[in-house]
Amino acid sequence: MENATDHSAPQSAPAASTAPVVAFSGVSIAFDGPPVLDEISFSVAPGETRVLLGPAGVGKSVLLKLVNGLLRPDQGSIQLFGHEIARTPEEWLLPLRTRTGMVFQEGALFDSLSVRDNVAYQLIQERVPDEIIDRRVRKALRFVELEETFALFPSSLSGGMRRRVAIARALIRQPELLLYDSPTGGLDPVTSTTIIELIVKERDVYKTPSILVTHRLQDAFTLCTHRFDAAQNCMVPLPQGQTDPQTTFLMLNEGRMIFDGSLHQLLRSQDPFVREFLE
Amino acid sequence: MTPTMAIKSPENTAKQLVLTVQDYSLFAWRAMGNLFRPPLYWTDFLQQSDIIGVGSASIVLLSGFFTGGVLALQSAATLAQFGAIAMTGRFVSLTMIRELGAVLTGVMVSGRNASSMASELGSMVVTEQIDAMRALGVDPMRKLVTPRIYACIAMLFFLTIVADAFGILGGGAVQVFLNHQNGTQYFSMAWESLRFPDIVQGLVKPIFFGYIIASIGCFYGMRTSGGTQGVGRSTIQAVVTSSVLIIFVDFLLTRLMLALFA
Repeated sequence: MENATDHSAPQSAPAASTAPVVAFSGVSIAFDGPPVLDEISFSVAPGETRVLLGPAGVGKSVLLKLVNGLLRPDQGSIQLFGHEIARTPEEWLLPLRTRTGMVFQEGALFDSLSVRDNVAYQLIQERVPDEIIDRRVRKALRFVELEETFALFPSSLSGGMRRRVAIARALIRQPELLLYDSPTGGLDPVTSTTIIELIVKERDVYKTPSILVTHRLQDAFTLCTHRFDAAQNCMVPLPQGQTDPQTTFLMLNEGRMIFDGSLHQLLRSQDPFVREFLE
Repeated sequence: MTPTMAIKSPENTAKQLVLTVQDYSLFAWRAMGNLFRPPLYWTDFLQQSDIIGVGSASIVLLSGFFTGGVLALQSAATLAQFGAIAMTGRFVSLTMIRELGAVLTGVMVSGRNASSMASELGSMVVTEQIDAMRALGVDPMRKLVTPRIYACIAMLFFLTIVADAFGILGGGAVQVFLNHQNGTQYFSMAWESLRFPDIVQGLVKPIFFGYIIASIGCFYGMRTSGGTQGVGRSTIQAVVTSSVLIIFVDFLLTRLMLALFA
């Protein structure tokens, strides 16, 4: 693997705030055949946004589901918030997962529940009073600029709106880690930019560490070359040649991690697959 | 879709069957354990009770009524040959309460609810809603499976009583209006022939059948794969397996109870 920055370097007695939020070490998984992921190692530092690139079907979504224990690896170690989760029973994982937020490929909204109940799902399970739920749901929906959908059902929303509601659902408990699984997949360019703008806004406003899976280079580059301007309430480009230092890249190919580094290092990479992917 | 269907080898089929039985045993064990541990989702239990109990009442009522009627028609014709047509009430009530009420209700509810559970949970699996629920820190086994099992057991118990009552009523209607027999005689024979073991036998069975319907429906729903086609496959498997299992378990329970109450 071309390891441009040493994200998984061992640290001596790390302070709680600098310890990696997620750390993979030698993780492999297979489903009735050759390994989908083979000996994967990387980490996510606090405040860091990692963009996971790779062609379709390479195992990006599988990797994301390993991060919060929705899938279990055949071998290797996965640390989430400092807890080893590779072989932890499901019951113990549930409270740990409430500290993460996940946005699924198609949104995965509960179609029998209204937008309000979808966004408030965790709060309802925790028996939070209704008036607090309503207030927090409206705040989360306002963040994704969909407050007017409060009482609607997912079936009456467009694909882009469903993703935005899914982002609101992932954000409502202010998670310590966000996982985005191809949030712009299958969307038109305008809607994709709206979603990326929301992710940039989340990154720059809340500074939540995140992993974003995508096979769209333009989304990845936009994320790295833009910042959210609170005054204008929109995404603006960084000055020419500058990139967000906290946004870095990973690339998967044939089950292996072939790149781990910054945008500049990605663009200078000599790996033939990386070059082919970029071109 | 492939133009030709692949023929599976007997070895693979046997392996798959053993694997399914193993998976179901683990699933049923987990579901059973969850029945006695909090959190219990009472709202979901009530909602499922409404869907299973109230929703199935009309089909159970009608099928019970007409089965009782058919029993009366068939038995009266045979019993008349021995001059024992007065025994029709006894025959109908014992058959309905000990056997047919529970089995018929089980099969009817299986057709209606095992299929709906499998398709509902299957659709949730293929649209990643189950994964989303897990990602939100909620255990789908407790949130979706346990309330369905509780509701199915409780509702099947009451639906069986409804089927028994309407079966006896249906037999009475046939006896009075078609066979022109005395209604009082029919109902008094139906009532007097009943013994405590008959009632126990008839009301223990739905507890097992309710568990089978819900656990099989949820099991096939939760292991759905292969998109919308997979949902259809799970639905068929749930109905077929639960119906066959109900009749098989009925045989075992009948044998056991006859030995117990002999």
